[in-house]
Amino acid sequence: MDPKIQTKELGFYYGKVQALRKVTLDVKEHQITALIGPSGCGKSTFLRTLNRMNDIIPNTHLEGEVLLDGLNIYEPEIDVVEVRKRVGMVFQQPNPFPKSIFENVIFGPRMLGLNHLTSLDEVVERSLKAAALWDEVKDNLGKSGLALSGGQQQRLCLARVLAVEPEVILMDEPCSALDPLATLKIEELMQELKQSYTIVIVTHNMQQAARVSDWTGFFLLGELVEYNKTSEIFSRPKDKRTEDYITGRFG
Amino acid sequence: MINLSPKFTQKLAWSSIWTAGVASVLILLFIIGYVLTKGLSAISPEFLFTAPEGGLSGEGGISSCIVATLWLILITMAILIPLGIGAAIYLAEYAPDNKFSRLIRYSVELLAGVPSIVFGLFGFAIFVLALHFNYSILAGALTLVCLLLPFLMRSAEEAMKAVPQYQREAALALGATKWQTVVHVILPAAMPGIITGITLCVGGVVAESACLYVTMGGSAAMPTSFLSGGRTLAVHVFYLAMETNALDKALATGAVLIILILILNFITRWLSQHFQAKMSGGI
Amino acid sequence: MSRYFVDRVSRRVVYIFGVVAFLILVFIAIFILKESLPALKELGIVNILFGAKWYPSKDTFGILTMLAGSVVTTLLALAIAMPLALGCAIFLAEVAPPHIRNIVRPAVELLVGIPSVVYGLVGMLILCPVIARLSGTGSGSSVLAAAVVLAIMVLPTITSISEDSLRAVPARYKEGAFALGATHWQTIHHVLLPAARRGITAAVILGTGKAIGETMAMVMVIGNSPIFPASIFRPARTLTGNIAVEMASATGIHESALFTTGLVLFILVLLINSIGLLAYRRRA
Ligand SMILES: Nc1ncnc2c1ncn2[C@@H]1O[C@H](COP(=O)(O)OP(=O)(O)OP(=O)(O)O)[C@@H](O)[C@H]1O
Ligand SMILES: [Mg+2]
Repeated sequence: MDPKIQTKELGFYYGKVQALRKVTLDVKEHQITALIGPSGCGKSTFLRTLNRMNDIIPNTHLEGEVLLDGLNIYEPEIDVVEVRKRVGMVFQQPNPFPKSIFENVIFGPRMLGLNHLTSLDEVVERSLKAAALWDEVKDNLGKSGLALSGGQQQRLCLARVLAVEPEVILMDEPCSALDPLATLKIEELMQELKQSYTIVIVTHNMQQAARVSDWTGFFLLGELVEYNKTSEIFSRPKDKRTEDYITGRFG
Repeated sequence: MINLSPKFTQKLAWSSIWTAGVASVLILLFIIGYVLTKGLSAISPEFLFTAPEGGLSGEGGISSCIVATLWLILITMAILIPLGIGAAIYLAEYAPDNKFSRLIRYSVELLAGVPSIVFGLFGFAIFVLALHFNYSILAGALTLVCLLLPFLMRSAEEAMKAVPQYQREAALALGATKWQTVVHVILPAAMPGIITGITLCVGGVVAESACLYVTMGGSAAMPTSFLSGGRTLAVHVFYLAMETNALDKALATGAVLIILILILNFITRWLSQHFQAKMSGGI
Repeated sequence: MSRYFVDRVSRRVVYIFGVVAFLILVFIAIFILKESLPALKELGIVNILFGAKWYPSKDTFGILTMLAGSVVTTLLALAIAMPLALGCAIFLAEVAPPHIRNIVRPAVELLVGIPSVVYGLVGMLILCPVIARLSGTGSGSSVLAAAVVLAIMVLPTITSISEDSLRAVPARYKEGAFALGATHWQTIHHVLLPAARRGITAAVILGTGKAIGETMAMVMVIGNSPIFPASIFRPARTLTGNIAVEMASATGIHESALFTTGLVLFILVLLINSIGLLAYRRRA
């Protein structure tokens, strides 16, 4: 099976500071890929290159390629908005818009020009159900998204992404602001979502990576040290540094 | 030197501070109270709906001044709001951090404090004379646009800059274009600040006198178009006080002005609270 | 119309708005400079700045008396307003019970927006007669009347910004001083005021800029004679008043001299505000 996303010799610079070095990695379709590594090693930077979110940071510069279904998303003729539509993103901090739940979910479709009210209702219901939030909010869709709990907010953000019907979902430490129960909910959700989506998740939580992911990449100082099946990485790491990190001896 | 005990200095300081606080409040209350009590009694429907006689006579009402003020607010805001907000959107959301955008910001900051009469000077030479708008509401409005532009740009830009970056990222990550992000996320979130800026500008139009005195002429006649001259309420107060003996009418007009400013103040508070509540999770 | 098209067009449009706004501002500055050049060339900068006589009918345009008028009234106004404003700011930030503050603070902010002609009018009606009685001559239109009116006008501005900066001092400073047994006043005097010093300086300088630019209220109470402000009981004229009073009737070199007056005012305010901005920035 062809990889959904491929990066080739990807390098990234904030000004003169190099945050990624020659990262080459294949993201498999309908699989969950986890990215782990110590703070500041470039996981978020890498993730954000996959939907060109880093474009909005001034004075940055990228080298290498990111292929989505074999096409380099950094080619000049590629439309960045189109890329972000296909590659959705859930952020570390839940960040619903200060609008109603309904308006939050419908934001993406609205931006795409969908304004037909009946189909909007459908989209909202489908997305909230897929994000396992429907039962909790269905009677209160007019309520502000900010009035939800942290875990609910994060699922709302997920629903918001699902409403756009992306092919890939990027998640940057989506559970770091959540309690264990809310975390579990999101993890269960991911297992269901991977039937229809390709997921890349950044996490600091080793157990979480081991639990949810099929593939794991270990980053260190902007380099991809090791990338393999999750079961392999956690049982038979090839690189000494990976082993140190996952066994907690890193430092 | 006498060494005062801490307890004593505390007492002394406290009474001075109370005195200063109460005195300031009393002075300010007195001014408003004086104008309102002396002025309100002279306000009647007749006063509001007849035109002043103009010239050296203080007779008549203030209808033409009300109309001129409204015209002026309308025209000024129609030009100022798109220009000021548009420029602020450029600065806050589009301008790269380079020399040019720093230059714009710098000139905005510098001009924000320039006295209105200096803008009046400019408006007189450009709009009244060079562009042949003569003494007119249009010339006054254009001058006011120049005067208020730096202020509106600054407050709108600040309001947009205060919208958290993650809101932008969330919208972009959902496939919104930059402009959609601005219209559907940034502007709504910045609305309380922008509204406050706009209503303060309206207040500025109502309160301004110096730069209008030299660009609108002092005609007391009812304006027939935006090319007519005219005097706003504030300028009318000036004419009445300086050129006539109708000080009671000046006070009445002053009272109308104070009431207008009060109303604007309430509208500002109400609007920005309304938007704030909408933003912060209230339903 | 596709959203991509809208996006591209709007990008251009806001850029143009930014440029237009900038050009307007630059144009104003350049225009005023250009219009003052004839007078500067013909009469010489020294004669204008340091000339004590302003006789438009004799083509004599010295603005020294007006410059002095502006500076003296402003300084006098500050001397009156400062203690009151600072006291009022401390009162609001530290002393006043919350329910009083919640009424007074919005009222103070409201007063910033009251038209200057209203202040001028009250000055004419109340202050000038009192001063006329005190001095025994004239109508009471005088430097003193102008200074008092100005002081009242800048009072709300200085008070509210000073209060903001007093409130911005972190609570732990205050707690630290209290914990050492300092009285409340000692804490204000030795901890809060020094910590808020830059903000207060900025407030005063902003107030100064406002005072020196005030026009109509000054015209109403200062008497507008272009003479030296030798006594606070006698009339004088400010730079701003000079422009307002003579603009309509001025042509040729007289008009250019008024632009020079504007230019001097412009530079004066830029100087004052740059100092203010510096003080404010360094605090932040
Ligand atoms: N906007 C930015 N400007 C400049 N440098 C940045 C920026 N964002 C990240 N960096 C730098 O790039 C490097 C990688 O950062 P990144 O955020 O990708 O790390 P991370 O692995 O996600 O860390 P964490 O686990 O703490 O989120 C760090 O050294 C960081 O300081
Ligand atoms: Mg990160």
